[in-house]
Amino acid sequence: MVDYGKEYDVIVVGAGHAGCEAALAAARTGCSTLLLTLGLDAVAQMSCNPAIGGLAKGHLVKEIDALGGEMGRNIDATGIQFRILNTKKGPAVRASRAQADRMRYAARMKTVIEDQQNLDLKQGAVCRLLIDRETVTGVETREGILYRGKSVVLTTGTFMRGLIHVGLNNYPGGRAGEPPSEGLSDHLRDLGLKVGRLKTGTPARLDRNSIDFSALEAQPGDATPRPFSVDTNAITIEQVPCYITWTNQQTHDVIRGGLDRSPLYSGVIEGVGPRYCPSIEDKVVRFPEKDKHQIFLEPEGLDSAEIYPNGVSTSLPPDVQLAFLRTIPGLEKVEIMRPGYAIEYDYVDPSQLLPSLETKTIRNLYHAGQINGTSGYEEAAAQGLIAGANAALRTQGKEPIVVGRDQGYIGVLIDDLVTLGTTEPYRMFTSRAEYRLLLREDNADQRLTGIGRAAGLIDDKRWDEYSAKLEQIDAGGERLRQVRIGPSDRTAISRLGLPELKNGASLEELLRRPEITIADLLFLDDELASLPAGVHEQLEIAVKYAGYIERQKEQVGRFRKTEQIKIPDGFDYTGVASLSSEVREKLVAAQPQTLGQASRIPGVTPAAIAVLSVLLRRQ
Amino acid sequence: MISDNSEQTIVAPATAVGEGGIGIVRVSGTSAEAMLQRFFRSPGAVDQFESHRLYYGHIFDPDGAPIDEVMAVIMRAPRSYTGEDVVEVHCHGGPLIIRRILDLFIEAGLRLAHPGEFTLRAFLNGRLDLTRAEAVIDVIRSRSEAAGQLALRQMDGALSRVVYSLRDRLVEHLALVEAHIDFPEEDISPPTIARLAEDVDAVSSEIDRLLAGFDSCRVLREGLNVLILGRPNVGKSSLLNALLGESRAIVTDIPGTTRDTVEESLEIAGIPLRLIDTAGVHDTSDLVEAEGVRRAGLRAETADLVLFVIDGSQPVCDDDLLALEMAKDKRCLLVVNKSDRETLELTPPFTDLEAVPLSAKTGSGLDGLKEKISTLFFSGGEISESTLVSDRRHREALLRANEALTRFREAISATHDPEFLALDLKEALQALGEITGETTPDDILDKIFSRFCIGK
Ligand SMILES: Cc1cc2nc3c(=O)[nH]c(=O)nc-3n(C[C@H](O)[C@H](O)[C@H](O)COP(=O)(O)OP(=O)(O)OC[C@H]3O[C@@H](n4cnc5c(N)ncnc54)[C@H](O)[C@@H]3O)c2cc1C
Repeated sequence: MVDYGKEYDVIVVGAGHAGCEAALAAARTGCSTLLLTLGLDAVAQMSCNPAIGGLAKGHLVKEIDALGGEMGRNIDATGIQFRILNTKKGPAVRASRAQADRMRYAARMKTVIEDQQNLDLKQGAVCRLLIDRETVTGVETREGILYRGKSVVLTTGTFMRGLIHVGLNNYPGGRAGEPPSEGLSDHLRDLGLKVGRLKTGTPARLDRNSIDFSALEAQPGDATPRPFSVDTNAITIEQVPCYITWTNQQTHDVIRGGLDRSPLYSGVIEGVGPRYCPSIEDKVVRFPEKDKHQIFLEPEGLDSAEIYPNGVSTSLPPDVQLAFLRTIPGLEKVEIMRPGYAIEYDYVDPSQLLPSLETKTIRNLYHAGQINGTSGYEEAAAQGLIAGANAALRTQGKEPIVVGRDQGYIGVLIDDLVTLGTTEPYRMFTSRAEYRLLLREDNADQRLTGIGRAAGLIDDKRWDEYSAKLEQIDAGGERLRQVRIGPSDRTAISRLGLPELKNGASLEELLRRPEITIADLLFLDDELASLPAGVHEQLEIAVKYAGYIERQKEQVGRFRKTEQIKIPDGFDYTGVASLSSEVREKLVAAQPQTLGQASRIPGVTPAAIAVLSVLLRRQ
Repeated sequence: MISDNSEQTIVAPATAVGEGGIGIVRVSGTSAEAMLQRFFRSPGAVDQFESHRLYYGHIFDPDGAPIDEVMAVIMRAPRSYTGEDVVEVHCHGGPLIIRRILDLFIEAGLRLAHPGEFTLRAFLNGRLDLTRAEAVIDVIRSRSEAAGQLALRQMDGALSRVVYSLRDRLVEHLALVEAHIDFPEEDISPPTIARLAEDVDAVSSEIDRLLAGFDSCRVLREGLNVLILGRPNVGKSSLLNALLGESRAIVTDIPGTTRDTVEESLEIAGIPLRLIDTAGVHDTSDLVEAEGVRRAGLRAETADLVLFVIDGSQPVCDDDLLALEMAKDKRCLLVVNKSDRETLELTPPFTDLEAVPLSAKTGSGLDGLKEKISTLFFSGGEISESTLVSDRRHREALLRANEALTRFREAISATHDPEFLALDLKEALQALGEITGETTPDDILDKIFSRFCIGK
């Protein structure tokens, strides 16, 4: 065993989406940081879908960006098709999505990491943690090197005891073509952590040159791609379309014929798969009445022939995969470049974490990403950023970042994980957020930049721009209230297409009318007109949705009350005779940090919360 | 939950209900005085209520009809039980009156206090000393539990089934709306707005119907149905008369004199009762008598309580058992009549029933029977408060659900943006959740994934 001889503040294990954000966040707060990963040729790999964003996921990316994370800038630089989803619906549920050039995405992220000050990127397979008196002090690699660190963030993704299934064949692997990470999850179990098993899957990758696109419907991106990051002015990389095709009865027949060799249906797979991400064999079995399923053919990159067929994730044997694909219009002569597969992996029950993502039992050890039972790059990156920042803040003796459920999807995500745990791969949906109307992509910066600044994640340039934007929003709001048109302003009235205005009206009152947009009003005030488009958008949303926003703010006000009542560390529930023993057990196990969190633990009754509230206020 | 919403004004009965005499409705919070100004009129018009002074007057409903003659008092903060502005309305103690006053205040925007909430507020505002904190905790716990159990027990099966089915319908709709929000790329058709509106209307009118049921709460308006049942000539009519205190039913020694059912109203401890005397149950070939027996059986089915009368001086006979068959599955008190004579030891199956010995003839034991009846339905103290309140709580939850659905209907005519519709549907579900248990986001997601083939 060799001691590397340098003590880091933060050691991050795994350079997936969680690990990259964790390492960057820690290094950017000024901590000396080490990022260790199995293979340096596979940094920030997209294991599955070559896309970033979508409903709730796009929201997460904007939040990561607002907290100074890299994901937004990275996809802006490497995205080859950008679309805003739900444009016909209200602003809260509009979301950005982009196809990524998978290779460029990974390459750029690796460069950013290599160029980052305070950050060392090294290859190494961590097999043990060094623990001293219930505090982590470093890691040990399979190569026999000891790295000492004041804190450790584990982001091992789908790699721990990964088992890949293709038909009835299976072999150990962390992702197709990569080895698994053996030993670490057993070690974690030995340390007393509860480890479980989950499953996910991915479709085959197809050869673009073997596909006949001529008969297929093309799906182009938006004419003017809108970037994810506030730092990006414009998308400059070449944009390409996706294509849409459908399965048919013949496809379904072939799939049914192969079920006897499916690891899912023959009981070989034990791990729990996601309900929202069923394989094509699952869809065919569970929804026999559906005569076709939609498939998006997504390019994996500008310089790659690989096509990702979104919608036909499968672990059927390769011959069945090829046979069913060839029944699909456009794919009659398709060639598979990599077969689809399912993967089982170990995760660590996230209810063993504090809201800072630190484990409850081992001090200074943080978990982020798929190891916590989530799935998805954005979910992973969001946790990585928080865990990395909190590990850094710990070594600096500062309070951790805890985003509230009312402040961001990141808050909803982490609170759900640590309070409820998860038994299936957890993915973010907007319906999980109770204050959805407040958690919009368009105001992520207003919700989180301040938090990021306080943690040292936001540089001066970004902070100054943000402060200026806030001032402009205030000034614009002032103009809307002050500038009025009178009953005699005939030209203005007719230009707005209004019949008449008996008492005149302020611009704000005009804007409340459903048919009038802020763009319609700009001719009435030069100062308002001179503000940037992003500010106009904020002003418009604030006025148009004022009633709903107000309602949600009231709900938040009530929510905050219990959220602000802290439960002291080590609070002795056993001494509270008025709590039933079941409730006591639940509280002892969960160690909620606030009264609000306690109230969300399943099985903790309102009466118990009332009792706790009395005790806590007495203290 | 108790710990939030401390800014809201709360209301609850402060005395046990059903014990006659005076009932007190207590209000605590900033809108307490406004309630008094709005609904209380004193003969000598009062501009400004003085703190800690009793005023005589009437409580009026919003249409100006008097509800009750009352005494009212305001105790301004901080010199009150809770440390907030407190109003107390002392009214006639009947449950019906207290209910109407509670409903009046709730409809005016007050919230029904949670169990122990007045005490909790008192504690939080420093009106109770620290040594009493433990006692407060116990009060909260025991009351919450009693209330919870009662709420469950009280809600009759039919009602809860309806509420569950309404919840399921709303879950279904919310799932449709949410699927449309979260899965725009999937091949699922958007909810048909017209159908959605129509079914939400249907749910809403179901809730209206339930609410109407609550308002006309049969037990309190018409009284409890108490059936007097037994074989002929055990003294059923005498019991009725004894309870009424006068001769109404024809009493003779010829068995089967009461050929039809006889109904009388009476009040015990403030609870209105409908006493129903039936034809004696026996095996008969007389057509008229047989019809009387049949009707007695029908009435038994809808009774809230059966007073099963036997003649304590006679051994049990087949007709007794026949009559008992009719009362099976019913809440039952065994009246062992003719205690003025030599009585025999009870034998099974009658030993299983709660027995009240009395003599309808001399009136001895009658008070014991009345007491039993009143404790059966409104057992004194804490529980009786919860009894009254728990069903008010259901009513309040239904009211709030309907308010949310009304907003939903308004929203749907102004916008079809699903996230706004979802907000109202969620609020309606949250309100129903107080009866059925919470609907979690995961319940909705589960519905979505079981209904739609979603996933890449
Ligand atoms: C087959 C497959 C299908 C998927 N399907 C979907 C899907 O349909 N939808 C979806 O949202 N998500 C899907 N995902 C998940 C998505 O890829 C992950 O959620 C996301 O990449 C997780 O990010 P992460 O940073 O937690 O882990 P990963 O991206 O998996 O990164 C983990 C990193 O840790 C490193 N590592 C692991 N163990 C060690 C060790 N002991 N020492 C050093 N380094 C180590 C690995 O080398 C790797 O670089 C799929 C993943 C796979 C493999």
